[in-house]
Amino acid sequence: METLFFLIITLVAIVSALLVVTCKNPINSALALVMTFFCLATYYVMLDAPFMAAVQVMVYAGAIMVLIVFTIMLLNIRVDATKRHSHKVVLGSIIGFFTLVNTAFIIMRSRVAMPNGPLTGEMIRQQGHTELIGREMFTTFLLPFEITSILLLVAIIGAVILAKKKL
Amino acid sequence: MGIEILGLPMMYYIAMVAKVLVAFVFVLLTVAYATYAERKIIGHMQVRLGPMRTGWHGLLQPIADGVKLFFKEEIIPSQASTFAYLLAPLVALIPAFITFAVIPFGGVIEVAGYKIPLQIASYFDTAAGRVFDINVGVLYILAMSSLGVYGIVLAGWASNSKYSLLGGLRASAQMISYELSAGLAIVSVFMLSGTLSLNEIVAQQSAYNGFNWFAFKQPLAAIMFFICSLAEINRTPFDLPEAETELVSGFCTEYSSMKYAMFFMAEYANMVTVCALTTTLFLGGWNGPMAIAIPLLGPVYFVAKVYFLMFVCMWIRATLPRYRYDQLMHLGWKVLLPLSLLNIVATGIIGYFIN
Repeated sequence: METLFFLIITLVAIVSALLVVTCKNPINSALALVMTFFCLATYYVMLDAPFMAAVQVMVYAGAIMVLIVFTIMLLNIRVDATKRHSHKVVLGSIIGFFTLVNTAFIIMRSRVAMPNGPLTGEMIRQQGHTELIGREMFTTFLLPFEITSILLLVAIIGAVILAKKKL
Repeated sequence: MGIEILGLPMMYYIAMVAKVLVAFVFVLLTVAYATYAERKIIGHMQVRLGPMRTGWHGLLQPIADGVKLFFKEEIIPSQASTFAYLLAPLVALIPAFITFAVIPFGGVIEVAGYKIPLQIASYFDTAAGRVFDINVGVLYILAMSSLGVYGIVLAGWASNSKYSLLGGLRASAQMISYELSAGLAIVSVFMLSGTLSLNEIVAQQSAYNGFNWFAFKQPLAAIMFFICSLAEINRTPFDLPEAETELVSGFCTEYSSMKYAMFFMAEYANMVTVCALTTTLFLGGWNGPMAIAIPLLGPVYFVAKVYFLMFVCMWIRATLPRYRYDQLMHLGWKVLLPLSLLNIVATGIIGYFIN
């Protein structure tokens, strides 16, 4: 059952990932990217990480992609989409080829790691994924967490200063 | 349980399909008759009669409207971006419906020895003796509601019309800014409940006198969440995206026939969802007198509370004038957001001293 489901989702993920790069219209490729993110969220659910799945949809599909769609719409680059940029094909294919080799190398040389340590699927289901992440974040990883929040605050203030003409 | 398919009893599949169908039909019927109820209620509040001609006191009006919309001509503007234009109504409608997957609308009922929890995305574990549901239920709802914005943005952009674009931009700016305050208002509920599972949140509010409701423990959060939700689903007094006097019909100006109907349905389905969520989080969900002893009473209480909140939505629409755009943004960012942050801090401090 789960394998079948996985195959369906993977098919959708691959097709939409291909559409991201092949669509002529940038809005359509942005939508295909949303679909890909959605498939990733489904993988997280299947990996017993529901919190990650929800955050994936909320942050990537819900916030970042909305921003990208907005930008595309307001720039109105539909006219530009029909132009062909053949000089980038060579560079793109070289990068693509090396990425493929790299990925193949990693897949061939590594083996599937089973969950080890105290974090098993059963334990996550018992305690709740969100609870586990929250506990770790506010105990073991408190300092990185706080530093990240300060970083975000700085970014917000920076954005306000950049956007505001008169302070 | 007799026959098993792919490791799960047959009854599991039957129960699942039945629950999905019941919830879906319930939302669809509610959506259809909410349009009628809205016209009737606002009519009576304005000392009019509302629809009277079709059927007894206009009871067949939604069906007549549906038939009319179904047979209207389908128009796709020649300059529209076809794929996005066709996709937009679906993207608007689907998140509104699939949110119902996690909302518990009743307790556990027993059919032929098989225990069925009345919540779509959950099952009763006989070994553990309790209901397991998706334990990020509320986050799932927030995630789905953040997808709803795509339908409106796409509709506004793909129609290639200035009214649509302005409506779409307004709607998305509004939805994004109010989503934040709505999310933060719910955080204070989590702080009390200590869980994200909606089933668990409802269970914590079960008391006969109703004073365990989070609406009494978190009155500010309840009110703020309801206001933010109204803004998020573009209801009056926050219906600027479709302000008739300025923008014709906002993002759905260029839509006709069933596609327009889908936007319309999405709006009302969102209203049902928001009311159901407010009921679940703040008004005790399906709890009520005797609801645990007689499991079939649960859905009755749930529906009654949802309908009451929907009535409140219509009441607000009949009472309040529309906000101006700068007032809307002022309310969202300078009033509701600080208030919800303050509410979280206050909840934290009080919670610390009580425990």
